[in-house]
Formats: sequence, C-alpha cells, structure tokens
Amino acid sequence: MRLVGVAVVLLLTVCTSYAEQSSNYVAPRGPGGEHPDLNGIWQALNEANYDIERHVARPAMQLREGPYGPLPAVAVLALGAVGSVPPGTGVVVGAGGIPYTPEALEKKKQNQQNWLDRDPEVKCYLPGVPRATYMPHPFQIFQGEDSVFIAYQYAGAVRDIFMDGPGPAPVDSWMGWSDGHWEGDTLVVLVTGLNEQTWFDRAGNHHSAQLKVVERYTPMGPNHLLYEATIEDPETFTEPWKISMPLYRRMEANAQLMDFRCVEFVEELMYGEWRRHPLDR
Amino acid sequence: MNGEDIRSIVERMGLVVKNRLLVLVKAMTATVCMVAATAACADIPRTAEGLPDLTGTYDVATLTPVQRPVIYGDNLLLTKEAAQKIEADEKARRIEGQEASNPDREAPPEGGDGSAGAAGNVGGYNSFWIDRGENAFSIDGKFRTSIITNPKNGRRPKLTEAAQTRRLQRIAVFRPNTGDAWWLGRDGPGPYDDPEARPMGERCLLGFGSTAGPPMLPVLYNNVKRIVQTPTHVMILIEMNHDARIVRLNSEHAPADVKKWLGDSIGWWEGDTLVIDTTNFGHRPGTENLHVVERFTRTDENTLGYSFTVDDPSSYTSSWSGEYPWPATSDKVYEYACHEGNYALGNILRGARLLEADAQAAGASGE
Repeated sequence: MRLVGVAVVLLLTVCTSYAEQSSNYVAPRGPGGEHPDLNGIWQALNEANYDIERHVARPAMQLREGPYGPLPAVAVLALGAVGSVPPGTGVVVGAGGIPYTPEALEKKKQNQQNWLDRDPEVKCYLPGVPRATYMPHPFQIFQGEDSVFIAYQYAGAVRDIFMDGPGPAPVDSWMGWSDGHWEGDTLVVLVTGLNEQTWFDRAGNHHSAQLKVVERYTPMGPNHLLYEATIEDPETFTEPWKISMPLYRRMEANAQLMDFRCVEFVEELMYGEWRRHPLDR
Repeated sequence: MNGEDIRSIVERMGLVVKNRLLVLVKAMTATVCMVAATAACADIPRTAEGLPDLTGTYDVATLTPVQRPVIYGDNLLLTKEAAQKIEADEKARRIEGQEASNPDREAPPEGGDGSAGAAGNVGGYNSFWIDRGENAFSIDGKFRTSIITNPKNGRRPKLTEAAQTRRLQRIAVFRPNTGDAWWLGRDGPGPYDDPEARPMGERCLLGFGSTAGPPMLPVLYNNVKRIVQTPTHVMILIEMNHDARIVRLNSEHAPADVKKWLGDSIGWWEGDTLVIDTTNFGHRPGTENLHVVERFTRTDENTLGYSFTVDDPSSYTSSWSGEYPWPATSDKVYEYACHEGNYALGNILRGARLLEADAQAAGASGE
C-alpha cells in the first residue's frame, strides 16, 4: 500500500500542476488525528455538469438545425440566453476526449439530440458518481474517526463511504457502493454497483452498469481539494480515462446545505397530464 | 390561568433546575473523561475530545408501539411475561407468513378478496417485506408499554380543533376502491385529482410515518439509521428516503423563513447528552409551529438512548414526550431510491381517470 501511495504521489507531481501544490501542502489532521481533515462544505466551480469535455459555448442544451447553423430546439427556445451552454476547458484529462467505442459514441450523440427526454437530471433522479461531485450545488463531507459520509444538496443524494472493506456491491444502485481507504493524505474511493441510468453531464455522456470509478480526494490547501476520478467501463469505453478538478470550500460564514428536493418540482412535468383537470402544458 | 397551567409551569421550573444540575454533573464527568480514562468513562466509545461517540448504524425497529394500548392505562411498564408473549406472537406470525403458498389454491376473486390492509382489497405486502423488529424494548432492564411517556397514558395528547378538522378531511377520503369513482358525486376536489393531493410517502417526498421525524419513530420497515459525528456536525441518515438530517453543533437557527422539510436542526452537548433543537418546519400542513427537542446519550457500547419532546400548538393541545433505545446493527443502510422507481403515483392518477371515464360512460348509457 505504501509503495502504491508513493507511486501515486510521484505520478501526481509529474502530471498536474494541482498536485505540485498539494505535495507541498500538509493538511491539518481530522478526527482521530491520523488522516487529513476533509470535513466541510465543498463545491466544484466549473462547467462540467454542462459538458465534461472541452467545449465552446452553444445556443442550448438541445439543438436543431437552423438555416445558418444550430439553433435551440423548440422545447427550450423560450429560455433564451439562460438556456445556453457556457464554454468550458473541460475536466477530462488529456487531449483525446472520452474514448468511446463507436456504438457508444453514436448513443452519446442520440442522447444529446434527445436531451430533454433522456437526461436523468431533468427528472430529478439521483445523479450517480462522479456527476454528484460537480453538480452546481454544494456537498458536505462528514468525517469521523473511522467514518466518511457525503451528503449532496442536489436531490438530497447521499453516500456512505465504507472504510471497513464492505466487499462487493450487493445490488446496483444510483449512487453506487463506495469502498474507501486512505493512501497517505488521499482518500481513495472505489465505486462499483452503479446502474446504467445516470449520466456524466447534460451533454449526453453516458456509461453502462459495468462502470467502475476510482475517486481520489486530496487536500491542495486549506480551502481546496483536488478531485480526480478514473473511469473504467469496457462496454462503453476502449480504455480507462480520467477527470480532474479542484473543489472549493464554501467560505460563507453561514454556509450550509439547504433543501433541494427537486422531486416536487418535477411532478407537473412527470404526472401533470394525468391531473383530473390538466393545466396548460 | 387555571390550576393545571400553574402546575405545568411549576413542573417545568422543577425540570429546569433538575436539568441544570444534571448538566453540571455530566459536564464534570466529561471533563474527567478527557483527562483520564476512568472506569466510569471507559465503557462507552468516546471521541478524542472526550465526548461520547454516537457514530454507528442502528436498527430502531421495535414491537413496542409508539402509543400505549388503552388496556395498560397509565402503566408505563410491561411485565416480562407480557414482553415475552409479544415476542413469541410475532415469531409465530413470521413463521406462519413464511410458509409456502398452496400451489392448488384458487385464483383470488376479481377485485380482490375484500381483506383489509394498506393496499386495499387487492392484497398488500407479505411478511417478507415487513420488519417491525423482534422484541419489545426495555430501558434499565424494564420493558415498556409504549414509546410515549408523557402524557401519562402514553398516548398523543388531544388534537387542536384545526388538526382534528385536517384529520377528518384526510380520513373521509380514505375509502376502498369501489370501482365506480365514488368521489365524482362529492363537492370539492377529489382525493386523486392531483399529485399534490396524495400523501408525502406516495409522492416520494418523505418516508411514511414519522421515520425521519423529528421525532424519529419506528415504522413498518426500513428502520435503519446511520449516524456520523464530527466535531462540528452530527449527520443522521434516515433510510426512507435517503434523508440526511444535518445537525449543526453550537450554531444558531436559520432565519424563520428558511423552511426545511425536516426542520432546521442545531445541537449542543450538555455533558454526555447531545441535545438537538429543531424548528422551521412548514412544508407540511400544520407544522408551522412545530418545535422538537431530541436527546441522545450512549447507554453502552452497543446502544444509544433516544428521547424527544414535541411542542406543536397548531396540532396538539399539550406537548408530548417519549423515549426508546437505538440498538447498533451490523447491517447497512441501502439506497432507498423512491422517486426514481415511482410508477405508482402516475398509475394512481391514471387509474382514477379511467374509473371516472368508465363511470361517466355508464352514467351516459344509463340515461
């Protein structure tokens, strides 16, 4: 384990500028005094939930062909600039983008063309991993002496990070089965048992139930974590790939997770047509 | 001000004085425990700061009811024999429920066999799904007749008039499906008109019963709770519906207009007792003035003591309290993804529309 830990630290130092900072930084110890303190309310500050790959701005999340280029699809037209996609440098590591198989790439394109019908976020479904991390909402890490738990504001999603070797996932679920351990100052979480129904973003990037995610949470400074996740899914991708991003501590004195129980917000969308007296739709 | 009011005030004052003394004693114990692991302190898990460590996974299922059966009157304690009988009866029920079905039985009659139950006359859960625990609970070696300890009869106090009206309205539409859209002849909105008219549990907004509370009470199944304690927060995960209650320690309540489904919870340590104070409800009708105080202690290595007081002048004519133990379990909390698989809500509404269409067609042909 220690050798692996050293190898990981070396690799990070070579590969990313974040890691260069983190290798010089020694985080305060958390409860129990042994491991770094990851307690706090964190949030990604990037455009990954729109599209984890590098992208320029687009008129909308769902498009149609116009006489001079793509235009917002009719269903999202009324949102105007609010419904557009902001540009992002991407969180996928390396120049090549996501290494889809040809069939999986075709499915991604179909997903994008049918975004409103297919994106699980539209229906307030649990976001899965890693998408939960970079939803535009804060999440909170609770770290006790031998326990780590993550609560996400979006949809009230939760993950218990089992630190005691929980064995294989007993059943597939939306948020998966999280098997955690420490490698030096990095919390490493192997996530399996993820179902095929979650996405990576609003751009239709998808996976199968073969998905395996290895997450790494490393303190970069008092108010930043480096989040890295290796994605493996032989049914969807030709090789493993990686995402990387900093996470920021919410600095507000009164920072806290608030209710975002979006289930109630989608009742009209999902069930409104079956009202006794349907409303305008 | 009548005699009862004065008595209640005096009692409360007595309680305050008693509590302060208790706080002092407990604070001293905690201080001692931080300095040295004395025998008295060594029997429960403690954090590095010397506080009781509540972290763990707990199964709160119990056969002891929330409200005391009327036959017990003001008797808080259950005899050992009665507790053993409750346990044996449940065991017998389980064994009977797990018997193999008779393969030669007839198909059930169309429309169900008319039996009672949560799912109406088409049958409900079989015993595989139900997990009400295996025992009545005991505190300090004495079995209890109910979770509620105050009022003395172990039952929730009388409802306010407004709450009684709400309850009657709710009950009035809880009727078996007669197949003829019985609500069509009534005035006002029907029980299946809109998703908003359905109970929170059916809509996957909250678990049913008071599983998340507060107060957190045992229900028919899925009674596992997960607690993770940090120096600044205590997180209590309720299995239904993956609800994390986040308790901010030594904090202040959010402004009153910040309403939360499970209320805004702050907490502090009084010696070895974690006190949680919850306000700012309001999503559910009648909870605008709900105020719940909960207390956790660690009674031994494998058990938490949980007690609560509910003060809810919009719903109850007096406050009420209760307590029951939370035993540790080696089980885990599994994902309860309710909304993601909620085909029922849409089907309930669609079914009602079909019944209405049938009833209207029958009415038209009858004329």
